[in-house]
Amino acid sequence: MHLALARRAIFALLLLVMPAPLLAQDTASRGVRIGLSYDPGTKPGVVMLPVSGIGGDSIAAILARDLDFGDRVNVIALDASAASTVARASGPNWALFAKLGAAAAVQVTPTASGLHVAIYNVATRQTARIRDYPAPPMSDPRRWRAAVHGVSDDLEEALTGVRGIASTRVLFERARRLWIVDSDGEQAGPATASGTPGSADWSPDGRRIVYFTYVPSQIVVQEIGGRARTVAAGSGVYISPVFTPDGSGIVYAHGVDDGVDLYTVPAEGGTSRRLSVGRGSDNVSPTFSPDGRRIAFMSGRAGHPEIYTMDSDGTNVDLLTPLDIGESAYRASPDWSPDGRQVAFQSRIAGTFQLMTVSLRDRSLKQLTSDGGNEDPSWAPDGRHLVFVSTRSGVRQLWVLDVESGRTRQLTRGASVHLPAWSPRLAAN
Amino acid sequence: MHNRTALLSLVIASSFVGIAGCRKKPEPAPAPASTPATDLSAQRRADSLAAAQRRADSLAAAQAAASRDAAAMAQVTQAELSAMLSARVYFDYDTDALRDDAIATLDQKAMVLQANPGVTVTITGHTDERGTSEYNLALGQRRAAQTKRYLVSKGIDGSRLATQSMGDSQPAVQGSDEAAYQQNRRAEFDSRNAGTLARPRS
Repeated sequence: MHLALARRAIFALLLLVMPAPLLAQDTASRGVRIGLSYDPGTKPGVVMLPVSGIGGDSIAAILARDLDFGDRVNVIALDASAASTVARASGPNWALFAKLGAAAAVQVTPTASGLHVAIYNVATRQTARIRDYPAPPMSDPRRWRAAVHGVSDDLEEALTGVRGIASTRVLFERARRLWIVDSDGEQAGPATASGTPGSADWSPDGRRIVYFTYVPSQIVVQEIGGRARTVAAGSGVYISPVFTPDGSGIVYAHGVDDGVDLYTVPAEGGTSRRLSVGRGSDNVSPTFSPDGRRIAFMSGRAGHPEIYTMDSDGTNVDLLTPLDIGESAYRASPDWSPDGRQVAFQSRIAGTFQLMTVSLRDRSLKQLTSDGGNEDPSWAPDGRHLVFVSTRSGVRQLWVLDVESGRTRQLTRGASVHLPAWSPRLAAN
Repeated sequence: MHNRTALLSLVIASSFVGIAGCRKKPEPAPAPASTPATDLSAQRRADSLAAAQRRADSLAAAQAAASRDAAAMAQVTQAELSAMLSARVYFDYDTDALRDDAIATLDQKAMVLQANPGVTVTITGHTDERGTSEYNLALGQRRAAQTKRYLVSKGIDGSRLATQSMGDSQPAVQGSDEAAYQQNRRAEFDSRNAGTLARPRS
């Protein structure tokens, strides 16, 4: 009864509020940033106003969680009394927003064809931006959630200047299948048939994945939800494929009788070409610099696994991780950050693996984890979050780390998982 | 230049002496009986001793088998011949180097393969669970390849020997201690056309 009253009150409020933002549309910025005022070095506070209509609660919850997971804004929750104050007000309640420490407030209204989104700038007491987003009906949950995530990412870009990563997914291996989960931990499900898949990678446009199987020994390119094609196969091992940054080729590790080296082959299949000269050593886990000019990889050529870099044609090999004399180092699973400045990897420390980064500029090392064993880092497209496998909860699960704040969250639950790969930003459909 | 190098060596050497001199006198080693069973280093030592013992046993057994005389070889049964063909070889951590016990096993295998030219073998390399799955697939392949290389050096045609790797995906035994790891660091041998085997002549 109270809820129904409140909903009706919000609806009445919206009727009052809507004309004003529509008038403000001409002056609202269509640019990347809307110029909020907040203390430098802090995260802007954002009030997510209650969303009316069918699915309104879900929309508000998804948006608030996406913004929270982005780690760039401080989502301010309204308690019951604040919510009823907002509901009673005849326009944006600037005094309340200011009291809550908000730099902005966001009002989302479902429409017949999608979502109407207004951002209020608390300091200037003006509507900063209005935008309408198309969205499919809620009966198509995957596409509907994708549309809401798209709104989250656009909001984060407007509020902070940096686009969010809610419209991304993570590929991983579980029980001899590849699985995909949305970056908020929802919609987890198998992406390939049962087999023996190993590590996978996304094409730059997010429409294809590449993975290897060891029975039979091959590299497979598959359209998401579509056709699979073997691009390299034969005796020996085929391991750790990745797409080139332009999506035209695959680089992978292969070996039969004389060590394991890196090779390249067109993404549609064709003639493969050898890149690395390991002289009988193991060379696996390639990862491209964002400009496609360099490849970081793991090699056992010095007697134990370390991370090296080379030009994309296999020349100019250079040791990236510093050799520690007297330590049985084991450094593996490199992933080059999207901003090109560092490489994340796993390093054995006191008997367990921990995540580290090495700077490309000065080779300085930074240890990121210490709780349990932590392996297989993969960067989000924002270059700030890593997904990785951790034993900290007892079973190998995927966790997400914000490398700037150190905040972590658990992404998967259930049976143990391996080898995550974070997608690029994906189109809403 | 020479003098500077010599001087540098001297400085380094004397600083080592200095460090050694500063070190505390080592405390007497605790009696093994007083070490708690949960102590990690004691466990490691026990694992290591057990591994060494198993290795010595396996080496002795393999050498005993290899030193059988011609008459003994003539008595070998079909079951023993196929056991020789399928006998696994084991490896140390993070290496494809063939140990003495592995070489003894492979010498016997080579004799059986030479006497039976129609037999072909798939060699599968495996690793223990430590390390990354991608590197372990590569390491398993290197172990299979090293095993094949040795058999080829003993006169077996390379075309009869295929190699593959399962990395750490198919442990022979479950467990996360050195005893399990040792059983899992191995090469396995699957033979074809090995219905009735001829005895090696010696």
